[in-house]
Amino acid sequence: MTVAENPIGQAITWINDPLNWTNPGGMLDRLGEHLTISAMAVALGCLVAWPLGLWLGHLGRGGGLVVLISNATLAIPTLALLTILPVVFASGFGRTPVVVALAVFAVPPLLANAYTGVRQVDPEARDAARGMGLSGGQLLRRVELPLAVPYLAAGFRTAAVQVIATAALASFVNGGGLGQIIRTGFGIGIAAGGGQIVAGGVLVAGLALLAEVVLGGVERLVTPKPLRRGRQRLGRPRAADATGRA
Amino acid sequence: MSFRLSYRADPGNPWFSWQYVRDNSDTILAAVREHASLTGRAVLFAVLIALPLSVLAYWFRPLAGPILAVSGVVYTIPSLALFAFIAPYLGTGTTTVLVGLVLYALLLIVRNVVAGLNQVPPEVGEAAEGMGYGRWGRLFRIDLPLALPGIVTGVRLATVSTVALVTVGVLVGHGGLGQLIFAGFQNNLYKAEIMTAALLCVALAVVLDLLLILVARLVTPWSARRAR
Repeated sequence: MTVAENPIGQAITWINDPLNWTNPGGMLDRLGEHLTISAMAVALGCLVAWPLGLWLGHLGRGGGLVVLISNATLAIPTLALLTILPVVFASGFGRTPVVVALAVFAVPPLLANAYTGVRQVDPEARDAARGMGLSGGQLLRRVELPLAVPYLAAGFRTAAVQVIATAALASFVNGGGLGQIIRTGFGIGIAAGGGQIVAGGVLVAGLALLAEVVLGGVERLVTPKPLRRGRQRLGRPRAADATGRA
Repeated sequence: MSFRLSYRADPGNPWFSWQYVRDNSDTILAAVREHASLTGRAVLFAVLIALPLSVLAYWFRPLAGPILAVSGVVYTIPSLALFAFIAPYLGTGTTTVLVGLVLYALLLIVRNVVAGLNQVPPEVGEAAEGMGYGRWGRLFRIDLPLALPGIVTGVRLATVSTVALVTVGVLVGHGGLGQLIFAGFQNNLYKAEIMTAALLCVALAVVLDLLLILVARLVTPWSARRAR
């Protein structure tokens, strides 16, 4: 068993080498790839999950389906989906299969929160809107959707952090991203590449934590003040925390 | 971007083949065994660490915030990064995988156990004190049994996500069934190998989950009676 000597010192040296930033396949390249892939996956996930979740919530049906989808994706190993999808898509190893695979993992939190967001709307508000003569579509757009925004934001944050974390695994299928730095480090071997491995880990973890903090702030901003206080008193019930780990 | 599905049935590379399963039963069984043993050990260690932590958070309220926050931060760190932090110190062995898995399972269990313990009605606690239960007696006779549903939920979530997570252990060469998935990917996309391993992964998660439901039924007979 090989163990690296002073991996942290090695990592600092590695990060301080400007070439490791600007080289082709250096940190900046990989960061760009990582963000592009993640953004595309989250966007695709939103496009699919939000309309479906809002609509199911509006109808008040399909709660079982939402739970089923959440549970099923929890059990599917990320690695399996990442390797299977490139084979399914004739395009082979472009970005598409990686983006689709990541989007699959973005769907459960987005879907569950959209559904819960509409379901938790006060029935009295719904009745009042009906009484004012709003049609089903108007009710969804003007009453339920605005009241569901805090939940949509919470789902977005969970999904985005999840996707950014999972995108690191794209390196296993040569999909690029910051995970590639870690994989290259392991390729060199732990004794020599220990610093690069730790440096890659710091970048991946830092990006995920940064996303969590920034999107947490966004979530607070879009949550109207009265709802904010109410949710804290209830111990912040979050609809979809049961996401798989990447 | 082309979303065209490849319908061409490639006779040389089917999605599933009994031939593959038969010829490689030894390798597959070894991978399943490693996968199950890693999962089992990780969840066991996680429970052993999580229960005392949760009780601490329950008894001493000011500790609850920090305990949940720290495990929350660990949970946010992507698995690949976590393994990358551990591997240079512990080498590329099973230990590295195990430590990573335990850290992740920890949060899921702690959060649910704390929630379960906090759900114990205060009247019940007061009644127990009135009956002369001490802190420990109350914990083992009253609080923990009443928190069992929360504990079971936590362990089930932790088990299912650990099964999926073991595959990332490929990074250090101990990924159980993930090892087969990755080998299939490198082996010119050997579909049968990838698919068999992926299906076994999901099956293992389902089987372990059902087992835990069964155990939960056995240890909390009252909840089944209430449901009926």
